[in-house]
Amino acid sequence: MLTKRVIPCLDVRQGRVTKGVKFKNNIDLGDPVEMAVRYSDGGADELVFYDITASAERRPIDIGMVAAVARAIRIPFAVGGGISTVADMERVILAGAEKVSVNSLAVKNPSIIAEGARAFGRQCIVLGMDPVKSDNPACPSGYEITTRGFREFTGMDAVDWARRAADLGAGEIVVNSVDADGTRAGFALELTRLIAEAVGVPVVASGGAGRPEHLVTVFQEAAADAAIVAGMIHTGEYTIADIKRVMHAAGVPTRLSY
Amino acid sequence: MTAIIDYKAGNLTSVRLAFAALGEEATVTRDAAVIAAADRVVFPGVGAAKSAMANLRALGLEESVKAAAVSGRPFLGICLGMQILFERSEEDGGVETLGLLPGAVRRFPDAAGCKIPQIGWNQCVTARAAVDYYFVHSYYAEICPYTIGRTSYAGVEFTSLVRKGNLLACQFHPEKSGRCGLELLKGWLAL
Repeated sequence: MLTKRVIPCLDVRQGRVTKGVKFKNNIDLGDPVEMAVRYSDGGADELVFYDITASAERRPIDIGMVAAVARAIRIPFAVGGGISTVADMERVILAGAEKVSVNSLAVKNPSIIAEGARAFGRQCIVLGMDPVKSDNPACPSGYEITTRGFREFTGMDAVDWARRAADLGAGEIVVNSVDADGTRAGFALELTRLIAEAVGVPVVASGGAGRPEHLVTVFQEAAADAAIVAGMIHTGEYTIADIKRVMHAAGVPTRLSY
Repeated sequence: MTAIIDYKAGNLTSVRLAFAALGEEATVTRDAAVIAAADRVVFPGVGAAKSAMANLRALGLEESVKAAAVSGRPFLGICLGMQILFERSEEDGGVETLGLLPGAVRRFPDAAGCKIPQIGWNQCVTARAAVDYYFVHSYYAEICPYTIGRTSYAGVEFTSLVRKGNLLACQFHPEKSGRCGLELLKGWLAL
């Protein structure tokens, strides 16, 4: 049976993994390659790296880091941040990443999804989205897409955007709830379920993981195919093995041999 | 020397790096002479069957792949590189493929709750064990007389590991399947 994936997320700033709440109060967590190896050995099913300042600083992603991670680990990983052209995607993929993640840029220029899927296959193209609860009448699902680190509201409905991105060729959608992000109070279940039921591609829940039980809930009640964890493991409060033990005990299909 | 066939069907970095992690510096090549001279041949691939076949022909490598697969030298097909060893694929309206293994490649049915592509870790069940490997695919190969490992998804049981003489091929990605994937590659290098 296909197992539910647990995916540590590593936010990289100037070559170091950092963690902040809503892009503020960043603290240094360590070296990206060392952390990648530790999580990979510890049972992570996949990893995702965001070069969180690349986009704002209008510079390309740190390819040296991508190549170093690719040499060090033997599980799939995705990379996002600072990817604005098919050539950027190609550099990241040739350096050894399995997937590239586009977010704000795809909102501005949706054709990048189709171009990327045509060039590398849809399995390589991940759409990241940052929806927030909204009463904007243009957003009938009740969730509006934000961009640029939650700073800009787009007037785009989250469910419409997810469907459109999947039609354009996104192979996977990461739903990062602005409301849940950094709270460690659990994933945004209603939002995740809305998107997961609207699209035929896998959906990754992101934002709000604080305890292993939160993953059980998002898998069992919100139809997520994978879930992103960050603070709860970066602080050492939980290990991936702790999370997987709880998932397995609750009957969630879990990869236990690694 | 291990040759990894480069026929413009996806990224070969992960395959090369996985062999490097085992101390094997594999050569990525689209040169028929290098493939013919290699001690062992890896035939990887992601993407679509039709364009993969077109690329193989455009590069003049179709016969090289067929020759390597029946040469007696260890030959390893991965993902799309496994699928196009079969006779035909439903992909893109249907395409004749290499015909080295009997059977067809079909699209997963749209079963309720099953996302396509299948992305993630699933079990390959052989006579000896059930092992988790990383899969990424929308099409699957039917069970055939040479199937040695089976996996289930979307209500379908399909070929995830197949062996015919010197030819070994897998639907999953051993190069991205952690320790279990490396063990498979290590075993293949020892053949």
